[in-house]
Amino acid sequence: MLRLLWLIPAIPFGSAFILATLAPRWPRKVTAVLGTGAIAASSAMSLLIAAEFLRNPPSGNAFTQVLWKWIDVAGFRPEVALYLDALSLIMIAVVTFVAFLIHLYSTEFMAEDDGYSRFFAYMNLFVASMVTLILADNLLLLYLGWEGVGLCSYLLIGFWYRDPVNGLAARKAFIVTRIGDTAMSIGLFLLFTSLGTLRIQDLMQRASIQWLPGSGLAIAAAALLLGGAVGKSAQLPLQTWLPDAMAGPTPTSALIHAATMVTAGVYLTARTHTLFELAPPVQFIVAIIGAATLLLAGFSALAQHDIKRVLAYSTISQIGYMFLALGVGAWTAAIFHFMTHAFFKALLFLAAGIVINALHDEHDMFRMGGLRRELPVAFWTFLAGGCALAGLPLITSGAYSKDLILWDELSSPSGAPGLWAAGIAGVFLTSLYTFRLIFLVFFGRPGTEVTRRPGFAMQLPVWILAALSIGAGFLERSITNFLAMALPGTPGTARGVISETSSDIIAALAFATGLLLAAFLYLRPSVRQPSTSALQRLWLQGWGFDWVYDRLLVRPVVWISNIYKNDIVDSFYDGIAKATELAYRAMSHIQTGRVRWYAAGIAAGSALIIAIAIFL
Amino acid sequence: MIHDGFILAGILFALGTAGVLVRRNIIFMLMSIEVMLNAAGLAFIVAGARWSQPDGQILFLFILAMAAAEVAVGLALVLRFYHQYKLLDVDAASKMRG
Repeated sequence: MLRLLWLIPAIPFGSAFILATLAPRWPRKVTAVLGTGAIAASSAMSLLIAAEFLRNPPSGNAFTQVLWKWIDVAGFRPEVALYLDALSLIMIAVVTFVAFLIHLYSTEFMAEDDGYSRFFAYMNLFVASMVTLILADNLLLLYLGWEGVGLCSYLLIGFWYRDPVNGLAARKAFIVTRIGDTAMSIGLFLLFTSLGTLRIQDLMQRASIQWLPGSGLAIAAAALLLGGAVGKSAQLPLQTWLPDAMAGPTPTSALIHAATMVTAGVYLTARTHTLFELAPPVQFIVAIIGAATLLLAGFSALAQHDIKRVLAYSTISQIGYMFLALGVGAWTAAIFHFMTHAFFKALLFLAAGIVINALHDEHDMFRMGGLRRELPVAFWTFLAGGCALAGLPLITSGAYSKDLILWDELSSPSGAPGLWAAGIAGVFLTSLYTFRLIFLVFFGRPGTEVTRRPGFAMQLPVWILAALSIGAGFLERSITNFLAMALPGTPGTARGVISETSSDIIAALAFATGLLLAAFLYLRPSVRQPSTSALQRLWLQGWGFDWVYDRLLVRPVVWISNIYKNDIVDSFYDGIAKATELAYRAMSHIQTGRVRWYAAGIAAGSALIIAIAIFL
Repeated sequence: MIHDGFILAGILFALGTAGVLVRRNIIFMLMSIEVMLNAAGLAFIVAGARWSQPDGQILFLFILAMAAAEVAVGLALVLRFYHQYKLLDVDAASKMRG
């Protein structure tokens, strides 16, 4: 059964190829069945493999499948090989399943779009790339998937390419993540030259033997990989692309946020955790980045008007939690939060998609309201997802995963009370902006009129995801135990300033405070226009990072390239082009279209040549 | 005598050239071209007589055949032209200017 592992990436790859080449002429039903069916097959395959893996785990709790030799040059022999262990198993199971639900939803959501088959081709390629990234046995194959994911995000964010704004957002996402990717590729070169292999398992083994903890090479390698992770996962300082990525269709946002793109950085860090353990300063920076990102993004989410941008900032903030966990060595907690986040974030986006679709492409929350009765499906599922996101204690999955991370901040030797406090503040912010959104959209006076109601294909995925958002938390013990087969457990001593229960209670209090404050601020019917204080505007712009980057990086580069555009070497070649054009314009006057004029020309020419022949 | 023949050919050729350049009626242009051809033919015959060679007369036969072909093509073009423009003024066909 495990031998069929290669099918999980191969099926979506194949279907993406077929959809891209043949499907444009097919009826939409066939396209939908092929596009969704491929992901369903891939998802079923990963669940079957998971069952097999659980029933009789392979030796060493890991299974490697070598498909073929990729390159063989001067000692550099990467293979196309897949590696399955508890970590990658959880990841592919969640990614393919959530992706399947999103595809099912898209069949109805995109039903009237012109680029139907194009959309499914991109989406399938996206999932295939992500699965390749997860299952890769060596960092080169992982990098292939990594770049494939980047490409697909570019294609999907710019899906409605007729509007230049969408194209700009796509370019921004591609270029900003590329900065991180460049750091990561340099990291790969460094790892290969110093350790002589790119197979992840060998790499980790050799690194722990050859490098001392805190040695310069280890720090450099970990920092470069972190650069890649920060770019892909939209963490400080490369988080600016994610809010703009909302330009794509809503199912795309769900896929990018929940399953395929932004969690790649978290996965990379967890996969190469040995390297980060060898570089304590870098690991500490990971935690700091996580804490800073989750707070900044939380504040930004408070000021947004666009329902999808709130969710975008909340994703940045939640990935910040994962980085916070990674930074203190709580690898399993980070992956567990990835899992719960995948469920509730996909749910929130899909439910938001129902709202947007129902209100005829209205994104502004201040023009919504009272949708609780009009769209009960969206309301109840959004409420479930929102509670999971904000961390409603005891019953939602988000609370379990967040409490685990918060406790690890205190109990881990590399944790610190400051990080824990940032996490608690984050819980408060999350609860505040989540319920602000819910109160604005679903309560109060009705805003825009509902013109469409979701059909079966849009309702089923959100209900399943709602069940998972609530229920997945009860699997905490079994998931973390299962992950312990691949990742070292949190080096937790039960030290801590306070006990685990008190940490949970404080988090619950933070949640309740946020909820009550949101109710106090936004349940009044008078709050129907956004506040415009200076701080609010700063948060609305995402702390002005775009402005700073524009001044610091974009404009100087544009300025320099403008200078270079007119440089002296080019002017010579431009001159040739100009002279040619001038000559053409002059000569074209001779062509008058008059036969007698031409005859006169021929006669004069002949006379001239004869005269030359005679007199010279 | 031979000298006079060349002068006559030259005058005929100049007249033909002037006709081509000056006349706007396409039929007259074709006739002027015929005059030019015959001027050239006359020059060949006179030259053949001067050196007592048959080549000049042979070449005149060639020119005759060529002129017949040219007139066939030319008159076909004139017919098409007339169908298109309903007149015979060459300056009417000046669409192909640069």
